[in-house]
Amino acid sequence: MLEILKNRLKQGHRTLKFPKETPKLAERYRGRPIIDAAKCAADCSACAESCPTGALQMHPPRIDLGACLFCPACSSACESGALRFGQDHRLATRTREELLVDGGEAKLAAALDEKLRKLFGRSLKLRQVSAGGCNACEADLNVLGINVFDLFRFGIQFVASPRHADGVVITGPVSANMRQALIDTVQATPQPRVVIAVGACAISGGPYAGSPEVLGIPPEIKVDLFLPGCPPHPLTLLDGLLRLLGRIEDEGRISSSST
Amino acid sequence: MVTPLAQAAPSLAGPSALTKNGVALALDEVPRLEPDAFRGHCLGAMDSGARLSALFVATVEEEPELFAVLTDDTVGQLAVMRGRIQSGGYTALSAEAPQAQAFEREIFELHGIRPEGHPWLKPLRRHLALEKGSPSPPPAHPFFRVEGPGIHEVAVGPVHAGVIEPGHFRFQCCGEEVVTLEIHLGYQHRGAEALLLGASPARRLVIAETLAGDTSVGHATAYAMALEALAELEVPARGHFVRAIGLELERLANHAGDMGALAGDVGYLPAASYFGRLRGEFLNLSLELCGNRFGRSLVQVGGVRFDLEPRQIEGFLGRLSKAAEHVDETAAMMFDTPSVLSRFERTGVVSREVADRLGLVGPAARAAGCPRDVRKDHPVGAWSEVSAETATFETGDVLARGRVRWLECQSSVEAIKRLVHGLPAGPVSVRAEKLQPRRIAVALTEGWRGEVAHVALTNAEGGLAAYKIIDPSFHNWFGLAFAMRGNQISDFPLCNKSFNLSYCGHDL
Repeated sequence: MLEILKNRLKQGHRTLKFPKETPKLAERYRGRPIIDAAKCAADCSACAESCPTGALQMHPPRIDLGACLFCPACSSACESGALRFGQDHRLATRTREELLVDGGEAKLAAALDEKLRKLFGRSLKLRQVSAGGCNACEADLNVLGINVFDLFRFGIQFVASPRHADGVVITGPVSANMRQALIDTVQATPQPRVVIAVGACAISGGPYAGSPEVLGIPPEIKVDLFLPGCPPHPLTLLDGLLRLLGRIEDEGRISSSST
Repeated sequence: MVTPLAQAAPSLAGPSALTKNGVALALDEVPRLEPDAFRGHCLGAMDSGARLSALFVATVEEEPELFAVLTDDTVGQLAVMRGRIQSGGYTALSAEAPQAQAFEREIFELHGIRPEGHPWLKPLRRHLALEKGSPSPPPAHPFFRVEGPGIHEVAVGPVHAGVIEPGHFRFQCCGEEVVTLEIHLGYQHRGAEALLLGASPARRLVIAETLAGDTSVGHATAYAMALEALAELEVPARGHFVRAIGLELERLANHAGDMGALAGDVGYLPAASYFGRLRGEFLNLSLELCGNRFGRSLVQVGGVRFDLEPRQIEGFLGRLSKAAEHVDETAAMMFDTPSVLSRFERTGVVSREVADRLGLVGPAARAAGCPRDVRKDHPVGAWSEVSAETATFETGDVLARGRVRWLECQSSVEAIKRLVHGLPAGPVSVRAEKLQPRRIAVALTEGWRGEVAHVALTNAEGGLAAYKIIDPSFHNWFGLAFAMRGNQISDFPLCNKSFNLSYCGHDL
């Protein structure tokens, strides 16, 4: 017992002051991409050609954050400096379209409506379904439970049964063999419910887009929150969840070219 | 470089082509055996202590053929052979060599080639009834059933209680005691091998990194090694060293997380909480190195994308030592607590004999006293110069699998320090080159769960003709099923965590 207490003292207090304070991430962390289309050479599409998932469109350059794996292929290929990765971890959106970003202003996820915020704002129970996920999104969702992020202090918790849940978090490109189990789980979650897609695979298929064995989230399941990344950093996840609940109060707009 | 070895290890003596980890062979050197000779050589090698690292069917010329890779860990040799398939089948190896059971089910499922006499020829990943679209179908292939008074059945999954991957577990119990456990996987099947074969080089790499997302460096390194062998590419020494650092960070993060999960399952919350945080410290070191917590984008064909620069080293080693110190203290506290030990000891025992017969790899094998470790037995790159001490334990129970992880954390930290201090000068990567035609390369890395094996073959034009991936979990799931026999069903979560196998790595 004494050993446990001694160890407890040594471990110290680890919980981040997020969202009041945001910790500085490692220098090489690749967050929201920064695009300066003015620097683009007219006949150059090196970035788009280098992208493993076809997340880039050219002239003007636009990145689909839902397909982006945040690898440095495009920024390394770009010789003019028109494209680089910044340090901003805030990537969550409410619609698939808002994940398409160019150099202009980007809109972050807006909060749920008044009625749902009243229901879920201080207590949101989530069921997670991995449907072909590689266990990286799953692992960093689990990380939210450790004392550093301490998801529970916001009233958000992962629960064992869809019957106990207010929403479903989906990871993975939805393998054919998991499609039915995913539909069953969503349907077993009482209404009103929220559905959250985490990671490039769930949003766009990611590295597995185009495989006949993956089917994507069935169209009858409406997604309320998109959290992009491969996998998303825990801060990206936490930021998105708190925005959905209206617990981060800023204007939710960022300029992609100035950060 | 094609450098055939002159002298075969006793276990591998016979008609096969010998090679080493990461060295390509010309396909014409690999003897094409008649079915009986193929079978005899495979079984003989396994009988004399060799392991089956890969068994698959590929079509390089007109006809599909069997390919086997047998591994002798004592001398670091690999034997490659191919076998002719007659009238759509061959005599199964599994009845005599259980380590072939999953490979042969896979062959049957993918190619319709029947391993005659396989004791349990169920598809490995396909769910036929589901494909027909029936909402909650009866299994197309029934589960093994035990009948008798007091026997009852428990079904768990695919969706589990925690934030984990899907799989189905079917227990036959007598009261609390598990008589048998059948593990039914395939829910995570994404068609990775087929997709990788037809993909662009950039796409292939990200598929390799996500085969098992917690083993990104392990799989990406094996993928890069296989392609480098086929292209006769010489990776700069510094590139090898940085890869090894990434691989050990991956091991540390996962082992720390696993010890925390074990603590959580027996309700020892201080260690569950501290290890959860410590896992993150190692992930953050990967983030420092390559910009991703899971080591993604570190490895590329030809070397690595990111260097560990001199200005980073002091801070990097400081944070590593601090985290390592906390891991040690927390593990010492946990493994010294009687209530923890009473749950860990004699739970989920796998004997050395069973581990050998099932072909287990990684910590699960080392916990049963099998000292195999690719870094030591088949060293390439940095591992030819820097060693990581191999940790073994004798009891083969949950305690052993936990203790081996702790010992491996210690040896990984020491290895990283040696790698960082010994970083050779020079570039970290070279440009990728064209693949040589008609070659076969086997690449092994010691991922944190054990041997990651990739086998790549090229056709006459120098394109990839076949690509086979074997995650360590492919060998080890059967070990978990075996470990549960005679245990209480309530100990399943604990046993499961002590193996912590990959669903997606198995399902591909």
